[in-house]
Amino acid sequence: MSEAAAVATTPPLVAPAQPRPVVLLLRRSWQQARTKVGVTLVLLLVGIAVVGPFFAPHSPSAFVGAPYAHPSSHAWLGTDNLGRDVFSRFLWGGRSVLGLAIAATALGLALGVTIGLFAAYASATADDFLMRAMDVILAFPSLVLALVAVATVGPQLWLLVLVVGITTAPRVSRVTRGSSVEIVERDFVRAAEAIGEPRRKILLGEILPNVASPLLVEASLRLTYSVGLIAALSFLGFGLQPPAADWGLMINENRQGLTVQPWGVVAPVLAIALLTIGTSLIGDGVARASSGIERGSDEE
Amino acid sequence: MSAAAPVLEVEGLRVEVERTGIDIVEEITFDVGAGEVLGLVGESGSGKSTVGVALLGHARRGARIAGGHVRIEGRDILGLPADQLRALRGRTVSYVPQDPGAALNPALRIRLQLEETLAAHGFGSSDDERALRLEEMLDEVLLPHDDQFLRRYPHQLSGGQQQRVGLAMAFACRPRVIVLDEPTTGLDVTTQAHVLETVRSLCDAHGVAAVYVSHDLAVVATLADRVAVMYGGRIVELGPERALFKNSAHPYTRRLVEAIPELSGRHALEGIPGTPPRPGHRGAGCFFAPRCMYAVERCTTEFPPAARVSGRHVVRCFRHEDVLAVGARERRPAAPRPQGPSETLIRIESVNAAHGDRQVLFDIGLAVRPRECVALVGESGSGKTTLARCVAGLHRSFTGTIEFDGRDLPHDARARDRKTRREIQYIFQSPYSSLNPRKTIGQIINQPLRLFFELNRQQRYDRIASALDRVQLGPSVVPRYPHELSGGERQRVAIARALAAEPTLLVCDEVTSALDVSVQAAIVDLLAELQRDMQLGLLFVTHNLALIRTIAEHVAVMSGGRIVEAGKVDDVLDSPQQDYTKALLADTPSMETALAAAERE
Repeated sequence: MSEAAAVATTPPLVAPAQPRPVVLLLRRSWQQARTKVGVTLVLLLVGIAVVGPFFAPHSPSAFVGAPYAHPSSHAWLGTDNLGRDVFSRFLWGGRSVLGLAIAATALGLALGVTIGLFAAYASATADDFLMRAMDVILAFPSLVLALVAVATVGPQLWLLVLVVGITTAPRVSRVTRGSSVEIVERDFVRAAEAIGEPRRKILLGEILPNVASPLLVEASLRLTYSVGLIAALSFLGFGLQPPAADWGLMINENRQGLTVQPWGVVAPVLAIALLTIGTSLIGDGVARASSGIERGSDEE
Repeated sequence: MSAAAPVLEVEGLRVEVERTGIDIVEEITFDVGAGEVLGLVGESGSGKSTVGVALLGHARRGARIAGGHVRIEGRDILGLPADQLRALRGRTVSYVPQDPGAALNPALRIRLQLEETLAAHGFGSSDDERALRLEEMLDEVLLPHDDQFLRRYPHQLSGGQQQRVGLAMAFACRPRVIVLDEPTTGLDVTTQAHVLETVRSLCDAHGVAAVYVSHDLAVVATLADRVAVMYGGRIVELGPERALFKNSAHPYTRRLVEAIPELSGRHALEGIPGTPPRPGHRGAGCFFAPRCMYAVERCTTEFPPAARVSGRHVVRCFRHEDVLAVGARERRPAAPRPQGPSETLIRIESVNAAHGDRQVLFDIGLAVRPRECVALVGESGSGKTTLARCVAGLHRSFTGTIEFDGRDLPHDARARDRKTRREIQYIFQSPYSSLNPRKTIGQIINQPLRLFFELNRQQRYDRIASALDRVQLGPSVVPRYPHELSGGERQRVAIARALAAEPTLLVCDEVTSALDVSVQAAIVDLLAELQRDMQLGLLFVTHNLALIRTIAEHVAVMSGGRIVEAGKVDDVLDSPQQDYTKALLADTPSMETALAAAERE
């Protein structure tokens, strides 16, 4: 016992406690230049979408000049096909794209993570059933699925979110399940089972934290795709209805005047492109940081 | 043994971290003659594997060979350009890795992998000649060389066969030097004994200089002619095997020897308190000084130079004369095992269990009484872990009855009541897998408290602290994550988690097999003490027969899913009745046997 006491009194060589692994991951992601660029881009466009409307010089639906008028001091980016101010409509048009995309991604993540975790931990039969069901959804191009749904029910915003969310879920569930199956086999899950931890707590408390980094990467990737999909659906006329201002809709309305007054198309296209580049850069940064973390400190 | 010039000479070797220049190993100097086996022993983190791969002119990613010489037959290999080094590896100096399963390409048939080795070094001038050599190679490692065997993939071979293929590849081109990096870790004792025999005979037959890297002193004692003991990246003692183990001049070697469990031993196991220093945390003086009972003022300020004890026996310790003068310390006898009461805590009766379609347990009957330790020994695949998991409710598909406290136990842990789940606690083999890497130690130990007791915040913290205290860890580890702790500390945390539930039966599944010998000794000692103090019933599953005398009263020997022999530990170990038990005892590497054999020579 005397030596036992010596063990306790020997000061440990390790540094003070580390921050939570997720915090560590985000901190390391931030150290990458690509993440900083991505965050800047996303913040810029989210800023435009959220506070832009307060700075809009005109109402998005007011007629301020002749159709396809060139940029002037009155209308900075010229006017659109009906003679409305492109700049004001641009500032107003981000809300819907961004809001719908975020809502759809959140829904897709919630569904996908739940199904993926459950499939990884459930019996082989339930696993097969769930993942094959996901494959069926994956087999349809997401745009086609969205078109069918909107064509049947009509252009409803909640439907847009629901459909994009459902088409996002299978990919999220695959990533979740793929990372979880290896975690499920580890002994700490057995340890939790042996003392009777409820299933829900095992899924959320033991397994989920261990798949957080691939999920963060996947979330940013899915957000990128959702923005594109929502914009595409509005472009096709299944999203917000005229006269509302919306980036996707704006592209559609002004494409005929592209040679005369390009700003009506270029402004929303640029915004969507920069937003998706930003989110995917963030995802990339997190992915790189997480692979470094997994290599660096997890096992001996 | 080697009067002529040594085949392998290492002088002043230094390997450091590329980025920071912190030394990983330093001042490594030794030589190995033809046909000689040098054992390189040390705890994990001592740098023994780093030295092993440096002998091939290689450093792991992030590390760099920063100085010194490695000469093979007089030729310094460290300065060689990459292409010459590549030609050298496998042909002049070869390497046998720790895990043969991971080292063989799973997608290629055995024949192709063996032929590749020969072809890569232009060995033999024609296909026929190589085919002949292939047969010879396989004969040497006692593997069949028929077509049916050569067409197999690595996963179709047993662990022992895989390691023999690894040996065959290493000896393929008749190298001058061979580095074996813990090649028998993870193998059963019987397989291990055969592999060691093969290594010995190949080295003798071909005059190969071998460096055998291992943490297992008993294995090294069986095989090696000379032994180098590494600590904190330096060789602290180097000498002929017998002299080194019988008259250890370094306090560290002495403690290592005392930590080895012996089949005959009725003494307590003693671990070495404290942890070895990691690179960058090594002080100015002797690295072992903080853990050394002989340490004096001088030990903390300068690193001791090499001193000659006798002949080829060299030690780096200021006080080696005092250490030698003390002679072998009387080892503390094991505490007497208390006699358990007559009622049973858990009774296992005619249990048959299966993994899928394959039956792995046949008609098992076993009982553990309160405050009694029963050891379950057997080789891998004998079904001992399955039986332990049946008890813990983690393996559900079995028939027969397991009675706990006189009540029939449901098969599934979830179907058991809260009290039963609390009273039966299970400790897993690998603490690297049994602790959630995303939870702090505090959260991990809190889990059973949250499930089994209604406690407020302060009470929980107190219980966590007292559980940690029982396993000799301080409350300072509470906010840490598992990867910040060493293997031994992690296993202590796993034990603390089990103790927090206040169990009456502790099931320990190979709890020391992932740990160093010195740490293993401390953990077994701790479990024995806890079992006495807390009056626990203990089901101790292990493949290491040498451990059980220290901890258990009864033993059941398992083979092929059946209990082949059971009884009191002393009876079974001293006069085994079954051939299987006898063979198992004979194959268990033992320092005493090895030293006795050396004495006879």
